[in-house]
Formats: sequence, C-alpha cells, structure tokens
Amino acid sequence: MQVRINGTPAALEEAVNLEQLIIGKGLIPERVVVELNLRIIPRNQWRTVLLKDDDAIEIVSFVGGG
Amino acid sequence: MKDMLEIAGRRIESRLLVGTGKFPGNDVTREALAASEAHIVTVAVRRVDAGAISGSILDFLPPGCIVMANTSGARNADEAIRIARLARAAGTGDWIKIEVVADSKYLLPDNLETLRATETLVKEGFVVLPYMSPDLSMARRFVDCGAAAVMPLGSPIGSNRGLRTKELVEIMIREIPIPVIVDAGLGKPSHACECMEMGCDAVLVNTAIAIAPNPVNMAAAFKLAVDAGRMAYVNGLAGQAETARASSPLTGFLHKDADEK
Repeated sequence: MQVRINGTPAALEEAVNLEQLIIGKGLIPERVVVELNLRIIPRNQWRTVLLKDDDAIEIVSFVGGG
Repeated sequence: MKDMLEIAGRRIESRLLVGTGKFPGNDVTREALAASEAHIVTVAVRRVDAGAISGSILDFLPPGCIVMANTSGARNADEAIRIARLARAAGTGDWIKIEVVADSKYLLPDNLETLRATETLVKEGFVVLPYMSPDLSMARRFVDCGAAAVMPLGSPIGSNRGLRTKELVEIMIREIPIPVIVDAGLGKPSHACECMEMGCDAVLVNTAIAIAPNPVNMAAAFKLAVDAGRMAYVNGLAGQAETARASSPLTGFLHKDADEK
C-alpha cells in the first residue's frame, strides 16, 4: 500500500500496525507522538491500528527550541 | 515574605526561563540548563524520521523542570493548536508557549492568530503563555481569555539586540495583572538585568546562551543578572537627579584656609 509518512510517500507491506511501523523505524515509542490522518493516536492503541492505503502518518518528537 | 513568582497557581523557582535550541550539543545543553537554574525550559516539536539519534532532548533537561513546548513552525492558529495537542500527547504536561509567526524575516509574532490559539487552548485546559508583540490592548485580551502570563518580545528572535521594546513593555508591566515575561532578543546579561530592574516578572533567553563561546558560564551569568535585577527592583532603586549630588562630604577640604569662603 501507499501511505505518506511525515509528508513523504512510502510503500508498506500489507497488515502493518502503527506499533510495528514505529519500532521498525528504530524509534523509541515513549519518545514519539503519532498522528494518523490528523488524529493523535495514543500509544496504547498503536497495536490495534492497521495502516491502509492513502493514510497520512505524522511522527513527531521534541527537539531543542526557544 | 519571600518574593515568589507564581504562574497558573504554581510556584516557579527561577525567573530565568531558558530555551534549548541551537546549543552545540546535548551535554552542553544539560550543563548550561543546570547552570541557569531554570525551572521552566522550552522545547520544539518536529517530525522525526529514522532511528532514535543521540538521545531525546528530554533526557538532558533538569530533573523536575517544567517542559514547555513551543508551537514554533505554526503560521496560524490552527497549526499552533495542532502542535500544542501533539506536544501534550507526549506526556510532559500542559504548558504551552504559543508562537505563531508568518514573517520569516523578523520572526515577529502574529498577535491575532496567537490570540485565537490561546482562546482555544485555554478552553482545552492548557497552561498558555503567548509569545507576542508588545501591545497593551492585545495583552488585555490575553488576560481576558485566560492566558497564564504574557511574553512580549524584546527584539527579534536570535538577534541579541536586547530590550528594544522597553516603553511598551513598561506599560504592560504597569497595567497587566498576570506575569510579564520578556522573551526574544535578549543578548547580554545586562539586557536581562534591565528587564528585571524595571519590573518584569521573568525573562526567557535562548540564543544568547546557546551560541555564546561558553554557554555554561553564560547561563550562569544570566542567572546572576536576573537575580541582581530582581533584587534591585524589589528593594527599590535610588531616584535619578538632574544635577550632581556629591558622594563625599562638602566640608573639611584640605585646600581651604580658615578665612576662605
């Protein structure tokens, strides 16, 4: 399927959930916040959310800033 | 009675707020924040792609500090609201600095969009500190819609030009019942001291510390400056005069003879 991750098109295997996506990217779940199609998905629900075609995923974290 | 800063009903232990951007490394950030003794520190929210890099900024913040995310990047109220909700979902608390900028040259805040974001986010239970261009009527609107403090700029972000908005900030200090925190453009400890001497409740400094040749010592210098300015303000400055008022006695001069006038 084709999705967008952080504004960039990406091709994914079928039947991957949000948790698998985050861990697969080498990210620490406790340090990121995920938004799917403009809705924030709480960490404890990631495993239950299966990605589908045309989904737009934003993965954000804190960085230094003023 | 101790002179205590209170924001949103919470006792704040330091009148120096520090940003975490532009430091030369995470370890320096950690040491500088410790030297500043800041209680409130700011962070930004950004996309993260592959791999947890050299550790999250959160791992380098002072223990027990209030983490205040900013909405930098937002060009309007909707974007600021979105960023604020994402920041809160990270689990570090409800404090948010609203920063809405549509001008990339001076990074001056859009007061109107900032107000719109403040109204919404206050209703959602955030502790909202809007970064604003100093304007009394706008500041009153922030007070009315429940902002916890107002943060007027001193001069453009990162410019180190100091307190160029002094007159307007002075008016706000006199008229606004919530804390006034000068944020942006303070470049030297003396700028921070000047703010505190005139009655600012706190200041926020980032660039002046982060890009200094020795950020750790500069953070310590700013801490001393904020303390000095606040102590002067609280205890009262001696007044100014139009002419000189001698510091040493006007009698007993060695050069005078008894019959000289």
